Amino acid sequence: MGKLLAFVLVAATVGLIIVGTIWPIPSAAAYAGITGPNTSYSAYSAEGAVEDLAHTIGQQNWGRAYSLLNNKSEFTQQQFINDIRGSYPGLRTYASLDTYEAQPLHATDTEADVRLRLRWSTVVGTFLDTRDIHVVKTGERWTPVWPLVKEQRVPPQVIPVNYLRWDVIYRGPGDDWGAQDVEAPHIRIVDMRPVQRAAGVAVLGEVLNEDVVPAFVSVKASLLRKDGSTIATEEAFDKISHLLLPKQVTPFLVMFPNAQLSDVDSIHMDPTSNLVAASADPVVEIQNQKMSQPPYPVFTGDLSNQSGQIVNIAHVLATFYDQGGQLVWVGDQYIDRALQPQTPVPFEIPVPEDLARKVSSERAVVATYTNAAFQ
Amino acid sequence: MSRTALIFATILLAAALRASAQDATLDVPKSVVAGTAFSIPTEGSGQATLYIAGPDQVLKRDVQLGQPIAIAAGDLYNAGHYVAVLSSGSASNTAQFDVLPVTQPASISFLARPSRLPVDLQNGITGAVYVFDSYSNLITSPVPVNFQLSVASAPTQTRTVTTNQGAAWTGMNSASKEGNAKFTAMAGGVSATRVINQVPGEPCGLKMSAHKAGDKLNLITDPLKDCTGNAVSDGTIVTFTETWDGGQTTVDVPLKRDVAQAEVPAHMGAHLSVATGTVMGNEIRWEGQE
Repeated sequence: MGKLLAFVLVAATVGLIIVGTIWPIPSAAAYAGITGPNTSYSAYSAEGAVEDLAHTIGQQNWGRAYSLLNNKSEFTQQQFINDIRGSYPGLRTYASLDTYEAQPLHATDTEADVRLRLRWSTVVGTFLDTRDIHVVKTGERWTPVWPLVKEQRVPPQVIPVNYLRWDVIYRGPGDDWGAQDVEAPHIRIVDMRPVQRAAGVAVLGEVLNEDVVPAFVSVKASLLRKDGSTIATEEAFDKISHLLLPKQVTPFLVMFPNAQLSDVDSIHMDPTSNLVAASADPVVEIQNQKMSQPPYPVFTGDLSNQSGQIVNIAHVLATFYDQGGQLVWVGDQYIDRALQPQTPVPFEIPVPEDLARKVSSERAVVATYTNAAFQ
Repeated sequence: MSRTALIFATILLAAALRASAQDATLDVPKSVVAGTAFSIPTEGSGQATLYIAGPDQVLKRDVQLGQPIAIAAGDLYNAGHYVAVLSSGSASNTAQFDVLPVTQPASISFLARPSRLPVDLQNGITGAVYVFDSYSNLITSPVPVNFQLSVASAPTQTRTVTTNQGAAWTGMNSASKEGNAKFTAMAGGVSATRVINQVPGEPCGLKMSAHKAGDKLNLITDPLKDCTGNAVSDGTIVTFTETWDGGQTTVDVPLKRDVAQAEVPAHMGAHLSVATGTVMGNEIRWEGQE
């Protein structure tokens, strides 16, 4: 019986490998770098033409991808690349195409509309780029009309900024052991609450920098049993704005995968702060913040860079409160494009549906990362 | 005959040497001051070896019994409990004594905490002093330590505390005006100074005004001060929030030259609020003009 089962399993595995090799799904074929007549995409169907384009984009073969387009005369190859990778260095610039999916929306004999979902992977997770592509038939072949989104460019100008910055001289190696070092910034957890989720226990909270100097903050939490033993210790990692200017507040979220709140007797919080050199700029305004209600609750808004400096990576963290002002949830989203001065960029943070019903107010902060070396 | 006589003579000599060593008593002073010279008288005759072992220090001297052993100045300098062993052949004598720190302070370690604190805080500054002699021994005998906290805008605060087992500490109040304070500790003519940065406290009376600027509203705070009238530090984050029917705009801006300002879209009927940290400011309902 055992031998028969083993034989069946081996045979099924071999069979599936053969099927997957001969008739691969397009995104898997793209991932494996397989092209040719046996892959399902080809320019002889609208969907195939879009998949061919997506595959070529994934290979970063920009010359070929551009040559596949029907509307090349409307923009240059560089503009096409900038549309996909961003004009200024940002998350998109260093992203690689993870998977893609082409979904036919509408088709006639000569025209079709296909929705292309490009899922890009970055060091901070994946982001989705969705484009509705019009495809036209020219002779026997279908060619995509790329819906270029031209980035708004700020006209050349000088934006005066009263630059404010903190620099720190730390204690040197030759100083006496009794000589004082610069004091670490004083920070305080002003709110904290554990929440049970399907994935585990989430510890939410907010940290305030009470000091007059910038702080680099981290928050570690330990779940403790009744006997005082530790169930698990985790850190907020990137679910926090690490750089806190004086009197600034950041939300944080510490996730404990597979933990059960019923096993937890107490939670030990361990916030740490270090004095760091920092700049008070850039300032990012969060405009048009709105919370849409279930069944698809999302918190949306626009980021507007108020400085003259380009922000390479922006990270939005949102705190959601109930009517009593108690924490309900903390969500976040990275912006995949660099923020140009005075140019609004939208963001969208999904909120768990069950929690969204309790949300009465929201508060958002933006962490920014600017690297002069990028520019 | 000769062999028997030789054995007998050897036994006698050994017994004599043993007897003479046992006679050699070790008369060490009960305590000596670190680094000072002293002598240890011996009795008896013959050669012996003196060992002195203590904290982080060991001395070995060949001595002639019957003559005093001289310990030169600076030979024993680590304060603590010592054991002296006088060994001659198989015999030995031991004695114990203490090396005490010099009573005159030569250096102090001054720990002042915190290096930065808000103004007007009672006993917010702590100073702790450890007093050492010229050989870096902690002086455990009582030494008066004078603490002084001086700022430009207030009278100098002074406290005198006597050390207990080598340490003295005190608490001081921060001044009501911001600025650097000199915190000095003095003991026996030796002093050490630390700088305490007294910074403004929590903002008091946060107030903003709104002005139309094209299709935007220019929000600007009054110069921000703490409750004792100090200007709040530049760089302090002020959060402006505009809430209107169906939307909200927030912006965190740093205080620059005592004020914070931001531009937000002008929405008729919008509710404007301002806050910094956990301190709330005034609220404005925008009806076209303030």
